[in-house]
Amino acid sequence: MSTVVETHDHGHHGPAKGLSRWLFTTNHKDIGTLYLWFSFIMLFIGGSMAMVIRAELFQPGLQIVQPEFFNQMTTNHGLIMVFGVIMPAFVGLANWMLPIQIGAPDMALPRLNNLSFWLLPMAFGILISTLFMPEGGPNFGWTFYAPLSTTYAPSTVNFFIFSVHVMGVSSILGSINIITTIFNMRAPGMTLMKMPLFVWSWLITAYLLIAVMPVLAGVVTMMLMDINFGTSFFNAAGGGDPVLFQHVFWFFGHPEVYIMILPAFGIVSHIIETFSRKPIFGYSSMVYAMASIAILSFVVWAHHMFTVGMPLAGELFFMYSTMLIAIPTGVKVFNWVATMFRGSITFETPMLFSIAFVALFTIGGFSGLMLAIVPADFQYHDTYFVVAHFHYVLVPGALFGIIAGAYYWLPKWTGNMYDETLGKLHFWLTFISVNVTFFPMHFVGLAGMPRRYPDYALQFADFNALISVGAFMFGLTQLLFLFIVIKTIRSGKQATPEVWEGAGDLGLEWTLSSPPPYHSFTVQPQVK
Amino acid sequence: MAYIKKVLAKFIFVMPLFFSSLVFSESSDYNMPIGVTEVSESIFELHMVIFWICVAIGVIVFSIMFWSLWKYRKSKGAVAADFDDNLWLEIGWTVAATLVLVWMAVPATQVMVEAYDDAEGEINILITGHQWKWHYEYLEDEVGFFSNLSTSQEQIDGEVPKGEFYLKEVDEPLVIPTNTRVRFLITGNDVIHSWWVPDFAVKQDAIPGFINTAWTNVPEPGIFRGACTELCGIKHAFMPVVVRAVEREEFDAFIAEKVTLAEAERLLTSKNWTKEELMERGEQFYQTNCAACHQAGGQGIPPVFPALAGSQVALSDSAKHIQILMEGVQGSAMAAFGESYSEIDIASVITYTRQAWDNGEKGDGVIVTPQDIVAYKNRIDL
Ligand code: HEM
Ligand SMILES: [Cu+2]
Repeated sequence: MSTVVETHDHGHHGPAKGLSRWLFTTNHKDIGTLYLWFSFIMLFIGGSMAMVIRAELFQPGLQIVQPEFFNQMTTNHGLIMVFGVIMPAFVGLANWMLPIQIGAPDMALPRLNNLSFWLLPMAFGILISTLFMPEGGPNFGWTFYAPLSTTYAPSTVNFFIFSVHVMGVSSILGSINIITTIFNMRAPGMTLMKMPLFVWSWLITAYLLIAVMPVLAGVVTMMLMDINFGTSFFNAAGGGDPVLFQHVFWFFGHPEVYIMILPAFGIVSHIIETFSRKPIFGYSSMVYAMASIAILSFVVWAHHMFTVGMPLAGELFFMYSTMLIAIPTGVKVFNWVATMFRGSITFETPMLFSIAFVALFTIGGFSGLMLAIVPADFQYHDTYFVVAHFHYVLVPGALFGIIAGAYYWLPKWTGNMYDETLGKLHFWLTFISVNVTFFPMHFVGLAGMPRRYPDYALQFADFNALISVGAFMFGLTQLLFLFIVIKTIRSGKQATPEVWEGAGDLGLEWTLSSPPPYHSFTVQPQVK
Repeated sequence: MAYIKKVLAKFIFVMPLFFSSLVFSESSDYNMPIGVTEVSESIFELHMVIFWICVAIGVIVFSIMFWSLWKYRKSKGAVAADFDDNLWLEIGWTVAATLVLVWMAVPATQVMVEAYDDAEGEINILITGHQWKWHYEYLEDEVGFFSNLSTSQEQIDGEVPKGEFYLKEVDEPLVIPTNTRVRFLITGNDVIHSWWVPDFAVKQDAIPGFINTAWTNVPEPGIFRGACTELCGIKHAFMPVVVRAVEREEFDAFIAEKVTLAEAERLLTSKNWTKEELMERGEQFYQTNCAACHQAGGQGIPPVFPALAGSQVALSDSAKHIQILMEGVQGSAMAAFGESYSEIDIASVITYTRQAWDNGEKGDGVIVTPQDIVAYKNRIDL
């Protein structure tokens, strides 16, 4: 099975010098670093857009920006956070950690790996450049419902379509690489059911990506045809169907939301077992839960469309199937709690973020369950209640998973321990501000404030001011994170190979030096 | 005893207490409004049931978690056990989760069946979403009107204080009778909108090419305010829904008046209009229906919304001008106004835009009359 892994000593093992190291690199660690920095930069770009949104919403009335710019901000904020921050960060972590966790010297397809990274700056360069064009950038929401995004869109929508295509190619190539690596390059003895959970989570995620990215490509291509070549896929006047757009989009979109959470499940599983000093509870049920979430995610898409006027049977079907997803999700939460139960727990920064992940992601799961109840969703849909829901699963969910992973593996990557005091400060500021920002959104949503509004009625004013304060605090706090990361790269207490007490038995990554050699596992490890 | 335990549980867990106390209050400042119809009340109850089930699960899971974190701290000398599975426990909680979901699904299905009912109404109203206003048409009586935001731009820009119903007021609300089954047929004219009245628990997307249905039956008179909830472009936040429910007699009088007005309007079409009359009516129409895009001074927001001041069409091509108003412009935000407005409105706004902002001096200043629009409608060059 793992015959590919045969390395010779070439005598030149270091990276190339200067810019060409990064442009032409085929090394999984370098590419992982590129992905992670890219995602970090996009976090600040997408984050500044959120700051513009919150500044405008601080008070009722139009003060800072006009609605047309406001809509461009909400749209690009969503697109950048989803496709430019969460997804690339997970791919970066996969690049760094998958080969090391399965005992491989590199990814299976290193040149492809370089290409899939460098497509991303191109895609986002195109997307962001539209903001500076006379007609302005995409302004139809990150879900770009037709016909607002076709017949009624600014002409820069063509750049948007191209950019989505490029992102899709990048994701598909990355997924092919990951699947190939996992299936062909595991160390001898590492059977599928012995793989670390992060590897499992990415294997499943990569299949989801390959299944749904072409669907996204299909829907934007149909848009392109409608806009430029006179077809009427989504144009009712020409016999088309605007609702078809939503079905195709959400057939991509719902698996996409699981693409954004499964790798985080993998990361926090590792962190919780490390700092509870106890093996993860229910390893195999963790794997089965992720697989069933992935499969179910293909049959729930219309829960985003409960108000488009589906027949009763359709509404009920999508309600029941969505509720079913709560079972495997619940099983995962129970397993994490059972791992902590009777452990020997310490509270380093990665653990703090993971505990917060479990608690706050669960709150997002509860609101998800409420949203699945069709009649109640008639009231919740397209209000801030939905905004609260998906921010709870994406910020203290996916993003906390990424931050936790960064703290957990940073000493391994750089060879230096991060500053624990600053890390804890970062955690507490982030934890408080995230809740101040997103918790009140439940209330404004229930009270009736629709989403994507640049201006609102007076009854929502107090909560909105509070939300904005929380958001500014959250934004500023992430500068502290940037500082901590840079500080760790440049200095810090030398990290041991196992980094965390007892981690030596937990995975192959902790058997390598910190930082690991540029080419790791030149001698293939054995897994018992 | 059980009661004491319940109270204790509440006090120990600050977080659930925090939000339960907020949400428990039936104030619609932080909770879903109970609304005024049977359906909205059922939905509110369902929402609270599901909410409390979630709170209960949360209290159980989080208390075990935080208790473990506290009890098994390493700093307290906790030594890790080393079990890593327990089949019966795992089967147990999977079954328990399933049962809880079934417990939620039963009332959810009942309320859904109650809310979903597309039998005909006694009164049927066609609701059409336009960028950015609602049009209401009473199908039995063949009368209709537009409902526009009535909050002034000065309030939005903060030049004058904001009124009590800031962004929740319209020039002409939809009027419906109480204690009558009213059916809404909802569609969109341009992009997708969504018509929402929280107090009726009615939210339906208004989709071009589709007609969705919803219904309500309001027991008490009152004014109910809602919103557009599907992103529909620049003025998405500025097309509220206001519904006035009135007793049956008042409703009948309202309809009778509308019918008389429509009759009078038809007579007016054949009268000879002076330029001044057309200008006056046209300016009013322009400010309510056109200024959102083309701006009050006719300067537009190029390149998306072209300027009308100094435009070639407005200066020298009255035939094209009529055609654009009647048919709209394919592939742009310019709607076909001819479908939804009277000949008088169309003629007067064309006349107005051909005269205003020096267009009259610079261009041919042609005056378009309602008869011209009738002629356009009856033309045979199709
Ligand atoms: C227990 C699990 C979950 C359930 C039952 C659930 C259910 C739902 C439902 C019913 C909606 C549609 C609400 C509406 O528009 O009216 C929704 C929206 C959404 N959910 Fe979830 N969800 C769950 C977990 C997640 C996770 C894990 C993520 C991502 C990491 C996620 C991300 C989103 C997003 C992004 C939206 C909003 C999309 C939009 O309209 O912009 N959800 N969810
Ligand atoms: Cu979904």
